[in-house]
Amino acid sequence: MSAIVLDQVDPQKRRVLIAVTSVVGAAAAAAVAIPLATSMKPSARAIAAGASVPVNLAVIEPGQQLTVEFRGAPHWIIRRTPEMVTQLGKNDALLADPKSESSKQPAYAKNIGRAMKDEWFVVKGVCTHLGCSPTYRKDIAAADLGAEWPGGFFCPCHQSKFDLAGRVFKGMPAPLNLAVPQYMFADDKTLVIGEDGKGA
Amino acid sequence: MASIPKPLSAPPLGGLPGKLLGWIDDRFPLSTLYKEHLGEYYAPKNFNLWYYFGSLALLVLVMQIVTGIFLTMNYKPDAKFAFASVEYIMRDVSAGWLIRYMHSTGASMFFVVVYLHMMRGLMYGSYKKPRELLWVFGCMIYLALMAEAFFGYLLPWGQMSYWGAQVIINLFGAIPFIGEDLAVWIRGDYNIGDATLNRFFAFHVIAIPMVLLGLVAAHLTALHEVGSNNPDGVEIKKNIDPKTGTPRDGIPFHPYYTVKDLVGVVVFLAVFTAIIFFAPEMGGYFLEAANFIPADPLKTPAHIAPVWYFTPFYAMLRAVPSMFSSQFPGVAVMGGATLILFTLPWLDRGKVKSVRYRGPIYRAFLTAFVISFLILGYLGVVPTTVWGQLSFLGGVDTATLVARILTVVYFSFFILMPWYTKIDKEKAEPLQVTY
Repeated sequence: MSAIVLDQVDPQKRRVLIAVTSVVGAAAAAAVAIPLATSMKPSARAIAAGASVPVNLAVIEPGQQLTVEFRGAPHWIIRRTPEMVTQLGKNDALLADPKSESSKQPAYAKNIGRAMKDEWFVVKGVCTHLGCSPTYRKDIAAADLGAEWPGGFFCPCHQSKFDLAGRVFKGMPAPLNLAVPQYMFADDKTLVIGEDGKGA
Repeated sequence: MASIPKPLSAPPLGGLPGKLLGWIDDRFPLSTLYKEHLGEYYAPKNFNLWYYFGSLALLVLVMQIVTGIFLTMNYKPDAKFAFASVEYIMRDVSAGWLIRYMHSTGASMFFVVVYLHMMRGLMYGSYKKPRELLWVFGCMIYLALMAEAFFGYLLPWGQMSYWGAQVIINLFGAIPFIGEDLAVWIRGDYNIGDATLNRFFAFHVIAIPMVLLGLVAAHLTALHEVGSNNPDGVEIKKNIDPKTGTPRDGIPFHPYYTVKDLVGVVVFLAVFTAIIFFAPEMGGYFLEAANFIPADPLKTPAHIAPVWYFTPFYAMLRAVPSMFSSQFPGVAVMGGATLILFTLPWLDRGKVKSVRYRGPIYRAFLTAFVISFLILGYLGVVPTTVWGQLSFLGGVDTATLVARILTVVYFSFFILMPWYTKIDKEKAEPLQVTY
């Protein structure tokens, strides 16, 4: 064992060694962080639990709302009456994105009614602002929502308003229309949410 | 003027205790630590009421840790059992109600004490050179405290726990491009569920408390390095008595301030216990009524408001309308409102520290800032429709408009500071502290 003799130390060599060990050490720390961070992603069980949900349409009356759970979030099926569908065409002046240009929906729901069939409105019941679930308010010109209220959805958290096609009103905290999930009609009386036969 | 108290120079320990202390000191700097942080740590002698809140914050921290440990003995971090286990603690565990109310009241009192502590720093310029890092550590403690409170509020798994967390996690979802994936990653599921509760428990009982303790240690180390500020903002280290080599305006922390702080502790505990025994829910402000209903992912409560200590920022979030089809601007304003605190030491160009010698412009801005913070706090608790709608400006809610104006006031305090502290007419600081 010999003592370190200062005039024999090569500072250049020391600097390189320190730099190399630091870089390798930092890389190792980053590599260890990867499994820790990925463990926080949804587990295989959580992903499997997000499969599609069938809904029996026979139980829904005209004008009625049915809430089902899909991927832990409320999804609504609203059986719209012809009056409700007619009203949708008159709402454009109130809406921020009447043609759903920047909103989320499958191609078959990018129309005025935002639905495959105008009678059946299927939508994710989660406000696009911060994830609260709006309330179904079909009462036209409700006292607390103003004389112009055409019927729709009202978010209790931050007072965002949506029409009966889930389209957001102008000047609301919510930036986008309510999201429409993938869905298909398995037969006349059965709706399947989360699957549209075009790949999930 | 009274004579300056001298440190209590205890006679050196003799006999066995002295030998024991010597034995320890050779192996661990016990006497040195005691001298540096208590016996010979000189604090200005003109501390007033505002100087209680630092030590009180430390007291509440200890209380939260101790009660928290005992709560985990009966709490179950499982979406199926969490709500029931809290009710079990409240009803069946001996003194469980007391421990739980100490913890829940402690959370709110922590913020009361910390807000007053921060107010003190603002008033007396305690963030100014050489205390910039002390202030930065303090801001980090404040952020960690908000995270700790947020994670903890999910654990009872009530309606407000659930929907409050929903709103806050979706704040991250608003970040452009990565937001959606980030929110799923934080939740560990497509929606808040068992996975979320379980990890929030881990953050609440281990991760954040460790960070907090580290930051508190850094905060105190920085404080004892630079020395305490005081209501006059005079640096006591600039005025050393050549005979003793200690500051003329300083008195040793122990026994003078330890004893004084104990008086503060007694008063604080009287208030604290009165709340626990007579108003543990504080009329829905400390524990919200909706949180006594188990979490229901399919039903949002009619009115969602965060716990009072978050409401000023929440009011700002609500006041900002969505822009470019994104709610990110509101989130950015809210985040900015907390992060801008960090920049304070470099915004202030005033020559004096204390508000006592500041000019009228600074005083006016500080007053406006405090008032805007308080009113925003109120607006965050109530629905935006509380003051009705305006007949002009397209019928916007009056409260929303007021919140927008106050948000601007809040930010102008910081953004305009380099300008108004420079032109302000300040008075000269005295050479020594006054009292």
